[in-house]
Amino acid sequence: MRLSQISHDDLSHRLAHKGLVIRTGPFTFRLVSEHPHVRETIGRLYAHYPVFDSEAFSHYTVHLKHGPGIRRWLRRQVRFGYEGSFPFEPLPYTHAYPQLEWAMNWCISTQAHQYLIFHAATVERNGRAVIMPAPSGSGKSTLCAALIHRGWRLISDELTLISLSDQTVQPLVRPVSLKNKSIAIIQAYVPEAVMSDVTLDTVKGTVAHMKVPDAHIVDMAIPSTPTWVIFPKYVANAAPQLTPVSKAQTLVELAKNSFNYGLHGNAGFNALGRLLDSCDCFSFEYSQLDDAMEAFNSLLPPEQLVVS
Amino acid sequence: MTDLLSTIWLDDSDPLRLSLQQWELLLSQAARSSLLTRLSRLLTDRGLMAQVPSVVAEQLVGPGVLVARQQIEVVDEVERIRNAASKCTDTIILLKGAAYLVADLPPSRGRLFSDIDLMVRREEISAVESALLGAGWISQERDAYNQRYYRRWMHEIPPLFHVIRASAIDLHHTIAPPTSKFRMDATQLYAHLVPTRFENVFTLGPTDMVLHSAVHLLQEGEFDRGLRDLLDLRDLLTYFSQTEGFWESLQSRAKVLGLQEPLCFALFHLHRLFGFCAPASCTALALEVDQWALRHPFFNWCLALAIKPDHPSCNSLFSAFARWALYVRSHQIRMPVYLLIPHLLRKSWMNVFKHDELKERAKENARMTDAVKQLA
Repeated sequence: MRLSQISHDDLSHRLAHKGLVIRTGPFTFRLVSEHPHVRETIGRLYAHYPVFDSEAFSHYTVHLKHGPGIRRWLRRQVRFGYEGSFPFEPLPYTHAYPQLEWAMNWCISTQAHQYLIFHAATVERNGRAVIMPAPSGSGKSTLCAALIHRGWRLISDELTLISLSDQTVQPLVRPVSLKNKSIAIIQAYVPEAVMSDVTLDTVKGTVAHMKVPDAHIVDMAIPSTPTWVIFPKYVANAAPQLTPVSKAQTLVELAKNSFNYGLHGNAGFNALGRLLDSCDCFSFEYSQLDDAMEAFNSLLPPEQLVVS
Repeated sequence: MTDLLSTIWLDDSDPLRLSLQQWELLLSQAARSSLLTRLSRLLTDRGLMAQVPSVVAEQLVGPGVLVARQQIEVVDEVERIRNAASKCTDTIILLKGAAYLVADLPPSRGRLFSDIDLMVRREEISAVESALLGAGWISQERDAYNQRYYRRWMHEIPPLFHVIRASAIDLHHTIAPPTSKFRMDATQLYAHLVPTRFENVFTLGPTDMVLHSAVHLLQEGEFDRGLRDLLDLRDLLTYFSQTEGFWESLQSRAKVLGLQEPLCFALFHLHRLFGFCAPASCTALALEVDQWALRHPFFNWCLALAIKPDHPSCNSLFSAFARWALYVRSHQIRMPVYLLIPHLLRKSWMNVFKHDELKERAKENARMTDAVKQLA
């Protein structure tokens, strides 16, 4: 059953009591919150995701609770609760939805060490994936949001999960997180995109989350093969330019952008080495999304572009 | 909702009868109590890993990776500590988790580490502290009262943290505070040390290791780890008692060190929780100790509550109270009332302002770490 098939009252009831059990990529989350904005945004962005009844097994339970003490009523706050602990400081009440997304990311990045996890966006076309590791502000999410509305399939916008045994990438397919100026840029570039409300003044600035196209959610169990690693960089007025980067340099950069590369030791090094054996690596400067679409499409053999 | 975690360790527990929903709860309680990998080990040892639901087995893979890495790192850190501290001492004694790991004892399998516990001679402690500082371990305790309290009254100095690797060291000079009901002259422990594969690094002898673990359980007051500590003890006793005469030497050693009460307390709770049976001669030791202290109905009630996972599914109205009562009692064991009351008052006062202090400390730590990283 998909979330859009349950009634509004049922959704509220699940979220307020035993939790909404919902699947995203390989993980099942149990989400518990009485926050009206969280409920409304989940209804909007997660409409096409599979949901299960409350007796189903979930990997992680995320509680969004009210603030401690008086902050339940006065200058209200929201707090992420996990297994009886509170991993983060409380946030203002209006930051509840981004907090939920960050809490879900935290669950995965701190615990799902069955994968090699990178801070990177990944998109795919015709079974070949582009991994885009990059620090915040490099425009990777903007690029990712645009690409997935121009023929590429979303694997993940924030956490890239690599299998240690065969180096395939496992889709996570969560709403794409957009920050600051990129919100308006994507709204203009993809007018049909469904967005959450904008949250102002978070630690990452202004944030909004974008709904993933339904077809990508349907395909979220299908892994993909990494074929390119591209380090994107937005540079004002720059002409689009793909520049090859050595595999050694790419390995170091990927390791830096990993949540658990160090934990895996030798196995991590070998897996990353094998991953890069079959990848071409580039840095990519751009200023216009249309140029970027063209550059990414140029990676594929022309006949494949016609088919899709 | 129930405490599924405490009973899973019983010999006759049957994990395969759990429903998926119960598994989810059990994993969550185990995660909260840092026992996820201990649970994996239980399932592996009983040959059940292939039969548990696949989602459960998958969920246990990640924590296994973490523990495997941690164990490698703890051994590396022990070697670094040895290299740093060998300049000023020829006897570094590992306690608790690090000792189990380096001596390859059963409790180390699947055990998570929060810090590395060390003991050195009291007169060497400042030199060792300086040597560790030179190697990057600094005390992050900025509060003058806490610093003074540790150094004047405790059996250890404030915890040291490595500025880059963030590993934590608890540096002891004995195993119980000098004001404690169970204070002892640490030199007594030095007669029975066991060498490790690292030069100058030792562990306590088997009986002393068990007794220390028992003292720790009674006096530390950190009952969120109570279940783990009891499981450690059960592993140690099961393993050491394969040696002929172990129980007799444990018994006589407890008398020599005056630790009959913690030993009986531990055996009592091992029996109550896991049905663990020590030989009659050893349990008879209980008759020699203060019966009231051992079977105190109130504190046993508190312990039964406090030892449950600190998880929403297990916390009752009284859990917080029970943990507080045990915290107070652990202090009462550590020091006489005329020291205890001012200390606890001071601590509660400090707690009220903890928030700001923590923020300040976090800022200062960040500055410090940046500075060190730039130097490196």
